[in-house]
Amino acid sequence: MASRNISVSETSRPKLPRHTKLKFDETRQVWVILAPERVLAPDEIAVEVLQLCDGVRSVADMVDQLAEKYAAPREAIATDVITMLQDLADKGFLTEARESTA
Amino acid sequence: MTDTLAGNKTATAGPTDGLAVLEQTRSAAETYGIPLAVLLEVTHRCPLQCPYCSNPVELDRGSTELTTEEWKKVLSELAELGVLQVHFSGGEPTARKDIVELVQHASDVGLYSNLITSAVLLTKDKLSALADAGLSHVQISFQGNEPNVADRVAGLKDAHKKKLEVAKWTRELDMPLTVNAVMHRQNLHQLPDIIQMAVDLDADRLEVANVQYYGWALKNRAALMPTIEQIEETSRIVEDAQVRLKGTLAIDYVVPDYYALRPKKCMGGWGRQFFNISPAGKVLPCHAAESITGLEFESVRSNHSIAWIWQNSEAFNRYRGTGWMPEPCKSCEFREDDFGGCRCQAFALTGDAGNTDPACALSPRHEEIFKQAEQESAGTQNRFLYRNFAGGTLETDEEKSQDKSQDKSQDKSHGA
Repeated sequence: MASRNISVSETSRPKLPRHTKLKFDETRQVWVILAPERVLAPDEIAVEVLQLCDGVRSVADMVDQLAEKYAAPREAIATDVITMLQDLADKGFLTEARESTA
Repeated sequence: MTDTLAGNKTATAGPTDGLAVLEQTRSAAETYGIPLAVLLEVTHRCPLQCPYCSNPVELDRGSTELTTEEWKKVLSELAELGVLQVHFSGGEPTARKDIVELVQHASDVGLYSNLITSAVLLTKDKLSALADAGLSHVQISFQGNEPNVADRVAGLKDAHKKKLEVAKWTRELDMPLTVNAVMHRQNLHQLPDIIQMAVDLDADRLEVANVQYYGWALKNRAALMPTIEQIEETSRIVEDAQVRLKGTLAIDYVVPDYYALRPKKCMGGWGRQFFNISPAGKVLPCHAAESITGLEFESVRSNHSIAWIWQNSEAFNRYRGTGWMPEPCKSCEFREDDFGGCRCQAFALTGDAGNTDPACALSPRHEEIFKQAEQESAGTQNRFLYRNFAGGTLETDEEKSQDKSQDKSQDKSHGA
């Protein structure tokens, strides 16, 4: 079952839950996020981040990758990415891969 | 990046999130774009008899319903048109034997599908088959938080118990769950318990939807209209729960029109983002549109494509944009915020769908309907007219006495 009340940090390994779908809309030529009763329109960078959310990569890995690609300060990227992901998580559009604690 | 996803623009404003980006129109003269979502009322048959049912009073009979092949063709056309989401609704959508096949077809053509259900006809196998067919979201209606109130409102014994069971299966199958709670004078005292029920059911979303008074609900208005004190209390409870349950349960709140100062942006504006297809295949700007006499609606069984109907039909163009508006809407600074409110409500309350929705404080009729609501809410007429194909059946004394919490409920609502 999808975990809730997630606190996104650099060690999180976020992924989109089954009911949240990132899709390129051919008719409108934009990326959309489909969720229950919602259609969101993420910008290019948000799309890039969300495509990295595979439940395997950690947020730290994503930040490293983006900092290198955009030659930007790692700290600024980390703040932006975590803020964005936390906002999605609070709305239930992001979940987290978790180790089995059993 | 913080201006977009993390900012407030996309994910906080309600069902119209991010629409500005998706709403591009081809020219400035066009006030509408490609529809985002479509409500499919695949049948009007339903084992429940809720007195506020959103279906029209004149229900479509089973024999007039679109066939499996006709619905599949509709789904394919919708995907081609650029529709992103479909809501399988009714009546009770699972009363159709082909519901799994229809959901599968929606998935096959790339549509995101929601099931809006009373849940009482579902088995675990059927729900599992729907999940396998690609269903993305289940919304279950609840009439209260316990059987005394809930089964009485639904007009069906043991309905509440069954709903709880199906809600649990939904989460066991890892499908997201929305609890839809339709609220009115006779169940608002249960709101704190309904919120807790949604948390206990591990729901993702809760819709606290005050009854909207068209069709069946309009016939039952005197028995359903909340008091203004109840509404103030409700707003307080919802706002508190939204803060307290952030990250656990998302709560959407629909306020009752009659006590509002500004009308709701009904359907996001007539013919702008959404439409509805009736069991018999009529393409409607909203689910209550057939209550407006004098408008002709095209059918998917006609020679026209759905895209043609959306763009060209008289019914869709009649109240599109702002050109049709009389005063006070015409010169109002909010005319593109709410598009004059709800056409069906304007028709029901003023006899002309082209008038300003009386829910708006600027309508000359606003004061009158506010007073009427206040008066009805203070009344003692609690007997329901149940929804059915026979034009409604009045609740018996025996049915009414099922709700043992009723006498107490009226007092509790003020102090709880």
